[in-house]
Amino acid sequence: MSIATRSIARLASARSLSRRAIPFTSLRRAAPVVSIRHGSSLPPRSDKFAKPTQDHLTNLKSIASSTLSTLDGSATADELKSFNDDWMNKYHGKGPIVVKPKTTEEVSKVLKYCYDNDLAVVPQGGNTGLVGGSNPIHDEIILNLTNLNQIRSFDEVSGVLVADGGVILEAADHFLAEKGFIFPLDLGAKGSCHIGGNVATNAGGLRLLRYGSLHGTVLGLEVVLPDGTIWNGLSKLRKDNTGFDIKQLFIGSEGTIGIITAISILCPRRPSAMNVAVFSLDSYEAVQKVFAEAKGHLGEILSAFEFFDKQSYALVKKHQEENGGERKVFETEGDFYCLIETGGSNSEHDEAKLTGLLEHLMENEMVLDGVLAQDSTQFQSLWSLRELVPESAGKAGSVYKYDVSVPVGKMYGLVEKMRTKLREGGVLEGDGNKDGPIRAVAGYGHMGDGNLHINIVANKYSDEVEKIIEPYIYEIVSENEGSISAEHGLGVMKAPYIGYSKNDTSIELMRKIKTLFDPKGLLNPYKYII
Amino acid sequence: MRPTLPSLVNILVPVKRSIDYAVKIRVASDGKGVDTNVKHSMNPFDEIAVEEAIRLREKKPSVVTSITALSIGPPKAVDTIRTALAMGADSGIHITVPENTVVEPISVANAIKKIIQDKKFDLVIMGKQAIDDDSGSTGGMLAGLLGWGQGSFASKLTIEQDGKVNVTREIDGGLEIIESKLPMIVTTDLRLNEPRYASLPNIMKAKKKKIETFKPEDLGLDFTPRFETISVSEPAKRQGGGKVGSVDELVAKMKEAGII
Repeated sequence: MSIATRSIARLASARSLSRRAIPFTSLRRAAPVVSIRHGSSLPPRSDKFAKPTQDHLTNLKSIASSTLSTLDGSATADELKSFNDDWMNKYHGKGPIVVKPKTTEEVSKVLKYCYDNDLAVVPQGGNTGLVGGSNPIHDEIILNLTNLNQIRSFDEVSGVLVADGGVILEAADHFLAEKGFIFPLDLGAKGSCHIGGNVATNAGGLRLLRYGSLHGTVLGLEVVLPDGTIWNGLSKLRKDNTGFDIKQLFIGSEGTIGIITAISILCPRRPSAMNVAVFSLDSYEAVQKVFAEAKGHLGEILSAFEFFDKQSYALVKKHQEENGGERKVFETEGDFYCLIETGGSNSEHDEAKLTGLLEHLMENEMVLDGVLAQDSTQFQSLWSLRELVPESAGKAGSVYKYDVSVPVGKMYGLVEKMRTKLREGGVLEGDGNKDGPIRAVAGYGHMGDGNLHINIVANKYSDEVEKIIEPYIYEIVSENEGSISAEHGLGVMKAPYIGYSKNDTSIELMRKIKTLFDPKGLLNPYKYII
Repeated sequence: MRPTLPSLVNILVPVKRSIDYAVKIRVASDGKGVDTNVKHSMNPFDEIAVEEAIRLREKKPSVVTSITALSIGPPKAVDTIRTALAMGADSGIHITVPENTVVEPISVANAIKKIIQDKKFDLVIMGKQAIDDDSGSTGGMLAGLLGWGQGSFASKLTIEQDGKVNVTREIDGGLEIIESKLPMIVTTDLRLNEPRYASLPNIMKAKKKKIETFKPEDLGLDFTPRFETISVSEPAKRQGGGKVGSVDELVAKMKEAGII
């Protein structure tokens, strides 16, 4: 088997870039382009925090099993870069001390010490965030949870997994796969991101349509509060109506009110049969109709419904051509495309349902054309049509990326409005404007979640273009009752714009919650609620 | 041998239902085979064969009269035939055997020979091997049984109007081009083409295409195996590597291992 299988595998990887590995690494490759755009000014250092000293380091070393610092020469500034810089290489902190505790008790001691000494702390997981939330802005102590990486328990009857916050998402999923279960969250950065960080940022990802958000799947948390208090809320109960559901406050709190050291999460059985189909369609209305039909016909086996427009597809095709991996997919192309994935436990049952849907769509001429994967190679290469959009946009130019959510019916209207705005501003290529700095405005996203990604591809970043896009894009999201951050969070990047999505009363309540948990404001300062 | 009229080329494409290439293979609990309760698809080399037959017809519609997909396998092998039909084959033939029956290459070659004699084909395009047992011998055996010419491991295939066939083969150090006449057997290599996707309209059309079904005994075939599998075991587990702290240590370790 070996030779043939290996050559097949090589062929397959050349023709279809795997959906598992590529998005993360490829974005990393595109990162230097993005780094140019850190013009947005950062808040100044606050004097209320102590400056980290040699003395602080000595004390932290006595309570944490591992530290790295420029203050005692155990690391150079260069070696601390991966802790200080964000993943897009857009934000650059100057934290001189990295603390890597191994147990919850150590985290507690570190936080208590920092609390008593007015040291600001930035909690850090895999540092894969997209809004500058997991790296220091100035000289905060970096509390990295990499060493807190043990699976604590798994119940094969209930599917409840209890694990440390620093467990890597992919490691957790591999552990579960061996037992026939699946982690209810999947995203491009799975090889690096931590499950504690996923919960702290309320990550969305590819499985949300099927398994719901972490607000539903997380059953309990263990959190260290800013003063060092350990809150044990590691419940394994699905139902528990006894008072405020405190864990919900920490899900999506981005490390501002406590550090998640362990999670208890409900994991479903791993689907054994998967199918994927991609369609070409002539309008966004048609995409919506197909979405409704897919939900009706497929029911519980529908596991993803993604859409992308012809601009996105053109970027992917161009990228694939340049890499020699292009392949004709559709006889009839369209203005829109959608991808449907099913996952179930019985392949015959799933195929019968899927075939029913396909026949219905073809007979009623609701789609122009479509293809259905016949094997795993095709499964991967069809997924890559959607998965490669961000990478392909990155290769085409400098990209302004927006992650918003709006009611499904209004999703694509936002992209059209953005195009009109750029055309009126005289910066969009085409329509007699050949040298316009904007090459493409591509819209794609998780249709099932109402989550739209708008990628604006420019020949270079410029203030002129940025002023046309922002804050206009946030205004139109707000007009459509949407959110300016669907799944990426606020961090430092979007903190100033929270007002577009939340009213004054909400923001005031958030401030009160922050003060209640963290009266000194030491945890992840300069971000989130400012 | 009947005269080969170029306008009457009938192509037979044998397709095997095998374990999907992406599936992690596990030894079955009885130690006599592998766990087959996993995802199956068409053998990738056979997919290339189907694609090539369709491309030949697209290039020379007047030359290729018909494309037939043949599969020997359990009831579910009919899905594999449907995939070939969805790609563009015209009709299918299914020789059914019970689930988990081992059909050895010589039995497969005899079965294909029988079908060819009954139905009259001029060209067989088939995978050079199946990725499950990796025998890679059916094509050669079939050519021997029929006394036909063969072009194995094809990376390029052309048919001329006069029935002349050119097969380009990738060999060590370059390309070999052989010329033969129909009827003949061609086995496919990876670089011959890239199979197309099955489009929805074609998947729907494929449902209406005809598939003939036979049992081995209907055709006077005997699939009794000649070999007995004694045991199947997993390869030795790879030992994990170690980390070295410095270049000197690396050099020392390499010397120790006798690499340098």
